[in-house]
Amino acid sequence: MSWSIIDTWIIIIGALCAAGCAIPGTILVLRRMSMMGDAISHTVLPGIAIAFLVTGSRDPTAMLIGSVAVGLLTAFLIQGIQSLGKVEAGASMGIVFTVLFAFGLVLMRQAVDHVDIDPDCVLYGSIELAWFDQEPDGLGIPRGAIVNSVMLLANLFVVLLFYKEFKITSFDPALAKSQGIQPSFMHYLLMTMTATTAVAAFETVGSILVVAMFIVPPATAYLLTNRFGMMFVFSIALSIVAAALGHLSAITIPTWFGFSGTSTAGAMAVATGVLFIVVLLVSPNQGMISRLWRRLSVRILVIREDILGLLWRLEERGQGKMLPIQLSEAIGTTELSVRMALLSLKKRGSVSKTASSWSLTERGRTNATKLVRSHRLWEVYLDKHFPQDTHQLHHAASRLEHVTTDAMESNLGHAEVDPHGSPVPDEE
Amino acid sequence: MKVEAGHSPTSPVSIHDLTVAYNRKPVLWDVDLDIPEGKLIAIVGPNGAGKSTLIKAVMDLVPKASGKVMIYGNTFKKQRKLVSYVPQRESVDWDFPIDALGVVTMGRYSRIGWCKPVRKIDYKRAMDALERVGMSDYARRQISQLSGGQQQRVFLARALAQDSTIYFMDEPFASVDAATEKAIVKVLSDLRSSGKTVVVVHHDLQTVREYFSHVILLNMRVVAHGRVEDIFTEENLKKTYGGRLTLLSEAVERMARH
Repeated sequence: MSWSIIDTWIIIIGALCAAGCAIPGTILVLRRMSMMGDAISHTVLPGIAIAFLVTGSRDPTAMLIGSVAVGLLTAFLIQGIQSLGKVEAGASMGIVFTVLFAFGLVLMRQAVDHVDIDPDCVLYGSIELAWFDQEPDGLGIPRGAIVNSVMLLANLFVVLLFYKEFKITSFDPALAKSQGIQPSFMHYLLMTMTATTAVAAFETVGSILVVAMFIVPPATAYLLTNRFGMMFVFSIALSIVAAALGHLSAITIPTWFGFSGTSTAGAMAVATGVLFIVVLLVSPNQGMISRLWRRLSVRILVIREDILGLLWRLEERGQGKMLPIQLSEAIGTTELSVRMALLSLKKRGSVSKTASSWSLTERGRTNATKLVRSHRLWEVYLDKHFPQDTHQLHHAASRLEHVTTDAMESNLGHAEVDPHGSPVPDEE
Repeated sequence: MKVEAGHSPTSPVSIHDLTVAYNRKPVLWDVDLDIPEGKLIAIVGPNGAGKSTLIKAVMDLVPKASGKVMIYGNTFKKQRKLVSYVPQRESVDWDFPIDALGVVTMGRYSRIGWCKPVRKIDYKRAMDALERVGMSDYARRQISQLSGGQQQRVFLARALAQDSTIYFMDEPFASVDAATEKAIVKVLSDLRSSGKTVVVVHHDLQTVREYFSHVILLNMRVVAHGRVEDIFTEENLKKTYGGRLTLLSEAVERMARH
């Protein structure tokens, strides 16, 4: 891998741009209007095309004005079609942005004849070439970095200034309105922010990356925190990581397969998706792995307690030893999970092994007594309050015994024998 | 300040000839009444009678087709600091990343003013309000982890934190647990004894006599309003809940189609 100043600047520009997008993106995601970012970043295209056709130049101010105007028009039309046409929000966005985007492409074809503009460049961006565009000259800083820094700072400023207004209008627009904080004002402020950000990001990284940066890092942050302010912090951090990760993989991964490198903007967008999946898997409270782990440990706990109960009942009948395979058949689970549960019981000193058979230790017996006691008390309780046939009683009690606390047990009452006639053991 | 003929300038909420329509279908028709000061008032009526719409229209949350609403003789816009609002619980996204204290603090935003940060005193007032509904132990709990009743109490605390003189509550008793119902009743009687006016959209006819002193029977128009013991009669209830297609509503619907 050969690294140059160009690579450093690519990451800096990508990170600045991504962080800038993450700010309005976070609010869009919280307002459940993520696709608005998508819609507006597409309709920037006709704005740019119109600016070209009108001014005949690539004057950045004209481009900015044109695109922000069309961006706001998009937001306005989407709202209008939704209420007038009685269609759902998604359909309304679909109507507006596909038509405007297509219109933009048509105009762009016209513009190509007059101005030096490449539609591909607008879609995929030119972040790889950003370093060479240094204007004003002599600073050694590419223009893309300046534009995106300004954008990032402006977005930070707006969101800090209107922090609580964005919060209240996103959470409870009716309360906000009754307090005189107009939700529609905040809506169009957000739309202006989104459109401006999309334009600034557009020429440096292209619309595909802009769409990803608006939605994916905030959606990832949503999995990581339940604080409004932290949503912004995480979104920005994630988008910076995605930018760095994206460029690194764009210049390394393809070379492993004998290619020369791929689109950096594309790789950055893919990186946001990879981060999302990683967080989805490992996030401490909502992640799939921790959820699976919790479920698995509950299962093992139930099997452990079933083994204790089973061995106790065997002792009651004068036996008291069992092979793992017998245990697994009696409990109705796999031998592997029985063996795992036995090992964890052994570690706790509840069971011991002689030859290949397992039996209760003194300590295991105490725990098992408690379980069987609450099982039989539950049967008594259920039989008294919800009369049903005895097989069902056993089944329900087998589930309840695993979740019975001491406080619950003391409320179950006292009994000598369960409905099947077996004695209820005393606590030792 | 201009008060319509027959209306009192000292009434907390004076509604004159109010009509509200959704898609040209009238929901409220010619509602005209003065709400008495310092009372607990229930708005009662069948589904679709316009109960929620009435309080929303008073607070300018839905557009009025015609009519006027005065809050202590002035427009809502000028008096909004006097009004607290408890919306229906289902109206917000409870997965929003915010804790109970954060929600209650929102009740202070209009006092804090645009673009200014939340002050210490606002957090203190918010904590006091949570205390009053018995939720101070849950201040830092993310709102999706609260039960339905606890969420309702958070909403109530937010209205208390607004610290105003008129309270509008939209079905605060809807599907709450016994502890929450008790907490709400206590807050209502506290508010009443400190002279506040409380208007509650209420769906449970059984408890109207017990919880409220005044009642507004509503079914698109006001069927009757006044003290519970005078107004809350079987005959009036029959008028309110009996078949919606009375002559008037039929006529009004025909008008809308024209």
